[in-house]
Amino acid sequence: MSDTTEGAFVEFSRVQKSYDGETLVVKDLNLTMPKGEFLTMLGPSGSGKTTCLMMLAGFETATHGEILLDGKPINNIPPHKRGIGMVFQNYALFPHMTVAENLSFPLEVRKIGKSDREAKVKRALDMVQMGAFGGRRPAQLSGGQQQRIALARALVFEPELVLMDEPLGALDKQLREHMQFEITNLAHSLGITTVYVTHDQTEALTMSDRVAVFDDGRIQQLAPPDQLYEAPQNSFVAQFIGENNTLTGTVTEVNGEFCKVKLDDGEVIDAKAVNIDGVGSKTQVSIRPERVEYNSERMAEGVHTIKAEVLEFIYMGDIFRTRLRVAGKDDFVIKTRNAPDQVRLKRGQQIEIGWLPSDCHALDA
Amino acid sequence: MKLTKTLLASAAAVTGIAGLAYAQDMSNEMTIVSWGGAYQNSQQKAYVEPYVANNSGVSVTWDESSNEAVAKLRAMNEAGNITWDLVDVVAADAIRLCDEGLAMEVDFNEMLAEGDDGSSAEDDFGDLLVSDCFIPQIVYSTTAAYRADLLPDGAPAPDSICAMFDLETYPGKRALEKRPINNMEWALLCDGVAKDEIYDVLGTEEGQQQALDKLDTIKDQTVWWSAAAEPPQLLADGEVIMASSYNGRWFSAIEEQDQDFKMLWDAQVFDLDGWIIPAGLDEASLNRVKDFVRFATDTQRLADQAAYISYGPARASSAPLVGKHADLGIEMGPHMPTAPENSKNVFVYNYEFWADYRDDIDAKFQSWLAQ
Amino acid sequence: MTDRTTGPDQMTGATPDNGMRNANRANGKPGPMLSADGTPLKRSLRRAQRRQKIRALMLIAPLLIFVLLTFIAPIADMLFRSVQNQIVSDTLPRTVASLERWDGQSGEVPDEQTFRALYLDMFIAAERKEHTRLGSRLNYELTGVSSLFRRTGRDVDDFGEVYEDAFNDLDPKWEDPTTWARILGSADWVGEAEGAEAPGPDFELRDDVASYLPLTAELYGIFAEFIQTEDGDSPMEEEPWTLVYTALYWDLQRQGFAYSGPEADLVRAAAQAASGFENVSLKALFIDSDKDWGDPEVWATIKTYAPEYTPGYFLNAVDRQLTPDGVEKRPANEQIYGILFQRTIFMSLTITISCILLGYPVAYILANLPMRTANLLMILVLLPFWTSLLVRTSAWKVMLQQQGVINDTLVWLGLVDDASRLVMINNQFGTIVAMTHILLPFMILPLYSVMATIPPSYVRASKSLGATNWTTFWRVYFPQSVPGIGAGSILVFILSIGYYITPEIVGGTTGTFISNRIAYHISSSLNWGLAAALGSILLAVVLILYYLYDRIVGIDNVKLGG
Repeated sequence: MSDTTEGAFVEFSRVQKSYDGETLVVKDLNLTMPKGEFLTMLGPSGSGKTTCLMMLAGFETATHGEILLDGKPINNIPPHKRGIGMVFQNYALFPHMTVAENLSFPLEVRKIGKSDREAKVKRALDMVQMGAFGGRRPAQLSGGQQQRIALARALVFEPELVLMDEPLGALDKQLREHMQFEITNLAHSLGITTVYVTHDQTEALTMSDRVAVFDDGRIQQLAPPDQLYEAPQNSFVAQFIGENNTLTGTVTEVNGEFCKVKLDDGEVIDAKAVNIDGVGSKTQVSIRPERVEYNSERMAEGVHTIKAEVLEFIYMGDIFRTRLRVAGKDDFVIKTRNAPDQVRLKRGQQIEIGWLPSDCHALDA
Repeated sequence: MKLTKTLLASAAAVTGIAGLAYAQDMSNEMTIVSWGGAYQNSQQKAYVEPYVANNSGVSVTWDESSNEAVAKLRAMNEAGNITWDLVDVVAADAIRLCDEGLAMEVDFNEMLAEGDDGSSAEDDFGDLLVSDCFIPQIVYSTTAAYRADLLPDGAPAPDSICAMFDLETYPGKRALEKRPINNMEWALLCDGVAKDEIYDVLGTEEGQQQALDKLDTIKDQTVWWSAAAEPPQLLADGEVIMASSYNGRWFSAIEEQDQDFKMLWDAQVFDLDGWIIPAGLDEASLNRVKDFVRFATDTQRLADQAAYISYGPARASSAPLVGKHADLGIEMGPHMPTAPENSKNVFVYNYEFWADYRDDIDAKFQSWLAQ
Repeated sequence: MTDRTTGPDQMTGATPDNGMRNANRANGKPGPMLSADGTPLKRSLRRAQRRQKIRALMLIAPLLIFVLLTFIAPIADMLFRSVQNQIVSDTLPRTVASLERWDGQSGEVPDEQTFRALYLDMFIAAERKEHTRLGSRLNYELTGVSSLFRRTGRDVDDFGEVYEDAFNDLDPKWEDPTTWARILGSADWVGEAEGAEAPGPDFELRDDVASYLPLTAELYGIFAEFIQTEDGDSPMEEEPWTLVYTALYWDLQRQGFAYSGPEADLVRAAAQAASGFENVSLKALFIDSDKDWGDPEVWATIKTYAPEYTPGYFLNAVDRQLTPDGVEKRPANEQIYGILFQRTIFMSLTITISCILLGYPVAYILANLPMRTANLLMILVLLPFWTSLLVRTSAWKVMLQQQGVINDTLVWLGLVDDASRLVMINNQFGTIVAMTHILLPFMILPLYSVMATIPPSYVRASKSLGATNWTTFWRVYFPQSVPGIGAGSILVFILSIGYYITPEIVGGTTGTFISNRIAYHISSSLNWGLAAALGSILLAVVLILYYLYDRIVGIDNVKLGG
């Protein structure tokens, strides 16, 4: 993706936000989005992601910095003139209006003629497969149906940018997965630029073109989902996205892309030098559970092995999940696929485990 | 039952001979209903305190409900639970209560003390015994007062009630009570009806219309009051230039609060206030109440009350005993509505007439007010 | 295996399985759904629910009984007075019966027979001190009846004196109370009563005396009972009322008079002599006592109000009048209730609307402020509740009167000339201002609690959809606050329609409400029937308005809170 501001559709430039004049909720935010991108802001609550969304929508003003939409600064444009579609956490469907009236509302305030309006409402309802529900009140619909209507309402006036604030938070798991799929499909097929806020990492990974991981008022990493997972830039991202094993140690040697790390129990391992300060610095080494191998037959050439004791073995159907004591830490988890030839470990068993140095990231401590 | 009655009868006979009133079974608690304020205070000082001093162990509870006593007594009577022992009401209410059978009929000579001058109770109270149930205490009057400083320059000081209706000489607002009684009489008087014909005229449709027509001439300029505390306040605030109220209210505004009001005693309307005993009291309560009333309405006690408030004692024999105000030390005699100087031209509330005509004329009066 | 036939599968009683099987069988064809024990499902459901209902009912029973006894029953009793009128027929039973023969349209006074009935009724009523009460009641309908009854009540005692004297002159034995007691009392009673301490045993009539002396027996019975219970005297010692002498005279004059029993000689001698007694006309005596008895209107009024239930109070309450000629409009100069009802409703509506206009912005601000500030402001809103109503109302007098704070300020600013100060009190304006102030919290509180539940996301959603601030308010926020307006309006309207203290103090002549008249009739004129009728009409008006509100706005559109 392009890092220049040229051709950026949405741009945050050195944006700061403070509510009380003492602490910054958003610290020096810089972000650019090209047209048509589906970007997710992911982070724990209080990380500043929703504030960013609200600043973009115009419900909060930036304390400092500029927000540009299609190249124009929008700081002083009131929300109703920004032309941004928005889907709210609890849908915010107007309870005193029918579904069709809800959809018609943004068209009415834009003074669109009646026949035009009806056509657009019908199209939008069909788009979310809710064509038959125009006469109902929101309270008569199920959660999923309300969600679709909220989506249709945000899209019916054909905005170029749509913001979604945890829109699937209130749905059950199955429906949520189904809606994730529908929303991404819709966004891509209509070519809309979407900013999506969630604290659910699965949602972020499955839906987005790029994910911005927020913490402490900053973007910790902005990257496509696969990079985020496989090449986390720092230990927060590594911890926050997916399951992760960490071992702490000290860097003893740096060899270009790789380095050697002396773990707390004295063992020395090879790791990819991603985010370290040089020799002698403390580091956290991150290894994904599914990249660890204990079956010596499957282990690749040149893999460094290390001793481990099985503390727990859990049969989970498609995978086995094993908790080990490694380098004095007893929360080291590995996941292995349930294959016909796979060895099932027993509690108390002493084994050797190993991984590729490229799967092992030395990050900030 | 028969035995106790016999005993009681014989006890009564004995006490009759020996004159020992306290031999009877008497309740030690008494609830007295009055109007509150300075008036009730005068009753407390002049009647209750000396009585309790003589009869230790008696406790008196005051209930300030006199202005709704009629309705409350009726409600109590219907509920069959009378909680009052003695009620202070105006004479018109006493007549109504007597008519409704809610007040006890009284044998005045038997129950009340003789006058100091030896006259019988009935002679001493004289014409003021307007109902069989009503024991008069005081004579008060409804009369007008004005503020000289608010009158136009050069206007003569008003000397007649007709100043109330004279908007030319005395322009400005006036305050009158929001009821027909007194106002209708004054209106007719000032419309040229002779004083002794007023009730004959007022008894006819035409006469009532005549009175309302006269009142109509000042309707726009009149503030109608319903609580007697209002007119002194209205006059003090300069909201009105003259007003009607009770003479005791004017006395306290002028003498106690140093307001610069002038009294207009002309055509003051005498009214009575006194006690009624609710019908249906039990024997012990009744005995106590009778004992108290005999004490509280004797010549000296009625004269004492006038030391606290400028209302005239209802007994003829009390008049010579009226002295000075208890706090201010001024002679009370000249402030009494009954003082010769003040009572050159008076009305006496016509109870019989108003008992008959009150509903009818009130309907017309209220309808006239509302239009 | 055994040969027993009752295995679990053979059981025919009520088992869950059998019930289900039955239900399954029944499913195929139309028939009631059965529960496990074979009873129809609906019935067992009802039974189960009934138990729950009874439990729920028992839980609310104490409150229900409390409300019924202390609230509903007294109100129902009070409202019932608006039609009750037994007092006339209870006090004057014979007169009312006799008046049935009288034609009210004739323009003539009833005959002597009716006056005789009135004499009996009036005499007894006067002894029981009930006549003045009836006089007050009828005085509501015809001015002057009150003193007519009071005056005649005093005189009626003397009407029969001429007969008393005649009998006593004839034979001194008639002066002896025991003569009367022996003639009219049963032998047993006489035996017991002689020498007994007053009041003695309850009086008993002699068996056949009523056939010889019917009227005398009846009235002596009333006399005996009265003096025994009221005065605690014995009939053996008290001379009968003059009424009883009169009754005896009438009995003796009856066609075909005969007598046998105690004192037969005495009675027969009296019967002989009676024709020679002076015969007084009661009609003349009554008219002599008060000329109004010669006025057919008095009689017509008694006849009109004779029934036990009357529409009279309700007619009065709508400025009509029940007259002998039917229902008539009251004269224009006595009409007041129509004006007052209209005014009460009009002013209550005005007060409600001003409460909405003033309260809405306040509630909006409260609902959109942070909790701490909102609570602080809420205290200010509730502050008026903590001061006495009278103090608040009097404060408005000080503010609004012509020499008051507002006028002084306006004069000082030169906006108003000193000579033409504004009249803002003792009229409708003053009442509306003072009552709006007093009732404002009742509007703000429900509005606030409804507004507090409107999520801010609706407003944001609306703006994000392109609506301006005004459109957002009017199309999105306002419709959702309507239930609060509804609840507040109902509260304020119903409260103001029944208010009377404030209108009494600041209302002057044009700002008083119907409740002021109700209060007057309850506490001053004691015309509780009329007060009850006015109250019933007011209640009906409120219920009708409530019904209309339900039809137009929908009562489910009323919310006191989230």
